[in-house]
Amino acid sequence: MIGKNIVGIIFSNAYDECIPELTGIRTMGSIPFACRYRLIDFALSNMVNAGVENIGLITKANYQSLMDHIGTGKPWDLSRKTGGLFLLPPFSTAEQGSNSDKMAALKGVMGFISRSKQEYVLLSDCNSVFNIDIDKLTDFHTDKNSDITIVYKNGVAPSLTDTVVMDVNPDGKISKISVTPSAQGTVNYSLNLILMKKSLLERLMNEAISSGYTDFEADILRGSVGKLNMYAYEAEGFSVTIDSLNSYFKANMELLDINNSDCIFNPERPIYTKIRDDMPATYGLSSVVKNSLIANGCIIEGEVENSIIFRGVRIEKGAVVKNSIIMHESFVASGTTLNYTIIDKNAVITPNKTLSGAENYPIYVGKGIVI
Amino acid sequence: MARKMECIAMLLAGGQGSRLGVLTKNIAKPAVPYGGKYRIIDFPLSNCVNSGISTVGILTQYQPLELNDYIGNGQAWDLDRENGGVHMLSPYQQIKGMEWYKGTANAIYQNIHFIDRYNPEYVAVLSGDHIYKMDYNRMLEYHKANNAACTIAMLEVPWEEASRFGLMVLNDDNSIASFEEKPKNPSSNKASMGVYIFTWSKLRQYLIDDENNPDSSNDFGHDVIPAMHNAGERMFAYLFDGYWKDVGTIDSLWEANLDLLNPKIDLDLSDKSWLIYSKTPIAPPQYVAATADVQNSMVAEGSRVFGELEYSILFHNVTVEEGAKVRYSIVMPGAKIKAGADVEYAIIAENAVIEKGAKVGKRPEDVTDREQWGVAVVGAGITVGEGASVAPKAMIDEDVKGVK
Repeated sequence: MIGKNIVGIIFSNAYDECIPELTGIRTMGSIPFACRYRLIDFALSNMVNAGVENIGLITKANYQSLMDHIGTGKPWDLSRKTGGLFLLPPFSTAEQGSNSDKMAALKGVMGFISRSKQEYVLLSDCNSVFNIDIDKLTDFHTDKNSDITIVYKNGVAPSLTDTVVMDVNPDGKISKISVTPSAQGTVNYSLNLILMKKSLLERLMNEAISSGYTDFEADILRGSVGKLNMYAYEAEGFSVTIDSLNSYFKANMELLDINNSDCIFNPERPIYTKIRDDMPATYGLSSVVKNSLIANGCIIEGEVENSIIFRGVRIEKGAVVKNSIIMHESFVASGTTLNYTIIDKNAVITPNKTLSGAENYPIYVGKGIVI
Repeated sequence: MARKMECIAMLLAGGQGSRLGVLTKNIAKPAVPYGGKYRIIDFPLSNCVNSGISTVGILTQYQPLELNDYIGNGQAWDLDRENGGVHMLSPYQQIKGMEWYKGTANAIYQNIHFIDRYNPEYVAVLSGDHIYKMDYNRMLEYHKANNAACTIAMLEVPWEEASRFGLMVLNDDNSIASFEEKPKNPSSNKASMGVYIFTWSKLRQYLIDDENNPDSSNDFGHDVIPAMHNAGERMFAYLFDGYWKDVGTIDSLWEANLDLLNPKIDLDLSDKSWLIYSKTPIAPPQYVAATADVQNSMVAEGSRVFGELEYSILFHNVTVEEGAKVRYSIVMPGAKIKAGADVEYAIIAENAVIEKGAKVGKRPEDVTDREQWGVAVVGAGITVGEGASVAPKAMIDEDVKGVK
C-alpha cells in the first residue's frame, strides 16, 4: 500500500485541556516543541514522508496560531492542486459542529473524508512525538489482513481521558481494549495513530450515529474488539506522549540525549516545519553553552546549560539559563538566572531577576510577559 | 504580454570565479556557500526583493546545475510570482546558431526580448558575487531625480587599495567625469561596486550598437559604459557607505565570512527589516554538548559540536567531535571534523572529512615565511586522513592519505 492511497486526518485540538498554560492561546498542534517545531509538525511529517498527500486538519478553537504556522502547507510540500492540506474548522450549524470530542469532530468531517479519493484513512492526534515509518505500518496492516491497526507503545500510560490500553497477542492481534483504566505499571497504550479503510470508518460512524454512540474510543474501538480484525503495531524507538506541562518539559529535555534526538530527527524521514529566515545562531565571546539544543537566529552571550532555546532568542552576557525552555524571540537580560523554567514566546526577563522552579514543577512564564 | 514593470533586475551569475579554485570546481561562484546558511547570490536576490524589484533575470553560463536547483522557482526569496518573478536565463540556440554569452553586455543583449516583455523604464544590472545589503530603490530614485541614462553605485575604498578597483572621478554634482581602470596612481578612491541602473531605452540602443561593433569585447565595464560616457550621456555615481565585499578570492571569502563575527562590521543579518533570504535546509536544531566550548562563532542547524570552536562559522549538519579544535575557520555543510583534529585558518568545503588527529592550516604567527601563509582549503567531499597535515595556503583537491 502506498501513502497516496491514504487520506490523513489530524486532530489539532485533541487533549488541549491537559496543558492549559500552553493551549490558552493555541491548539495542541501549535504548541512549540524542540527549538523550532510545533507539535503538529511531527504528525504531519510522518504522513508526508510516507507519501500521504491529502490531509485534513480538524480544529475547533484557538486555531489562529495553527493557521499562521501551516500557511498554504508549502513547507510540507502540501500546497497542491490535487489534495494538499485542508483546515477543517467546525461547521457552525445548529445540528452539528462543535468538534468537541473525537466523535463529534469526525462526524463533522465525514463529508471531507468521504469525498476524498483515497481508500484508507489514517487518524492522528498531535500530542505524541515520534518518527514512524508509515510504509511499514501499512505493510503490517495489509499482511495481517487487519481491519483497524492501532499504533502503540509499551510503557506507563499517559494520564489522559480516553487513553486506549490494549491487551496484545504475540502476533499483534488486539484481544482486549480498556479505556482509561486505572492500571499501574507498564501497559500497551495507544499513540492514537489509527489506520483503517475509509469504507469501514464510514460504516462504523453510521452505526455509531444511528445507535447514539458518543465516544470514539469506548464505543467504536472497544466496541469492535472481537467483531473486527484489530491489530496493534508497536512504534519503534523513542516516543513521548504529552499529558501535562510537566511531561511537556520532560519530553523536550529528553531530546538532549542524542540517541533520542537521532530517533526523532532521522535524516531519512525529516521533520518539516515553517521556514523562518533567521541567520545561524551566534555565540558571543565568553559565552558558555553546555548540553543544549539551540535554534537558528539565537544570539547567546551568556551561560546556557541543559536547555532548549528556540529561534530568535537572545541571552545577554551575564545571564544564566539552566534546565529551561525558552521559546521564540524571548529575551533574557544580563544578571538574570533561570532554572527549571518554561518561557513562552516574546517574553522579556529584565535584568537581575531570579526564577527557579523544580525538576517536576517548572515555572511557566506566559507569551509576551515582561518580568 | 506581461504586466509593465517600472524596474527589473538582471543578475550576472555566469562567472566561474576561477580564483576560488576547488570551491567553484562544480558550482558557479554565486552558488558558493557563505555565512553559515547562505549562498553569495542570496544577497543581491534579497536586496532585489527588499527593494521592491520582483522581476529578476539570472544570467547563468558556468556550471548552472546547482544554481538552477538552488533557485528553483524562487519561492525562498518570495520570487515565485504570477507576473515577473525569477527567471534563469542560460544561453540558447537561435536560428542563426548557438552562441555562448561572450561578455556581460552580450549576456544582456541576448536577452533583450526577455526585458522587452516587461517593458520596463529602468533595468538594474547586478553582479552575483558580492556581499552587501543595499536598497536599490533609493538608487533608482536618485537615478530618476538626475534624469540619468546610467547610475553606477560606488563606495569609497582606502586610498592604498584603490589601485585594485575600477575607479570614477566625479564632478561636484556627482556626475562622472572620467573612469580609471585599476590605475597605478589613482586620482580617486571611489570604486564601482558592480551595481548599475540604466534607463532601458538608452541601454537597449547601446547594447545593439555594441553588438554591431566587431572590435568590442561586449563587456559593460570595458565597452558599454565608456561608449555611453564618450557619447555624453548623463552618468552619475551613487554613493553607498555600507558594508560591501567582493568575495572573488579565497582570502576575501574567508574574511567576508569572519566579518560576520566582528561586531564592528556593519553587516547585521538579524535585522528583520532587511532579511537575507535563502533556501533553508531541513535540519533539526543544533546541539552543543557538555564537552564543547564555543566562542565567538556562528553555527547553523543540524550541526553538533562536542569539541572547541573559536572565531569560526559552521554551516548546517557539521560535526565537530570531542577534542577537535576549529579556529578561525569556515566549515561548510555536512563536513566532519573528527576527534583530536586541529583546523585553523581554513575553509573546509561541503561533506569533507578531517580524520582523527589531522591538522589543517596554521596561524600566520606560526609560519616563518609570511609569503607562504594563506588560508588552507579542503575541497568538497575530500578526506584528510588520520594524522595527516594540510599546509597553510594549500588547496586540496584529492584525498590526503593518513599517517599511521
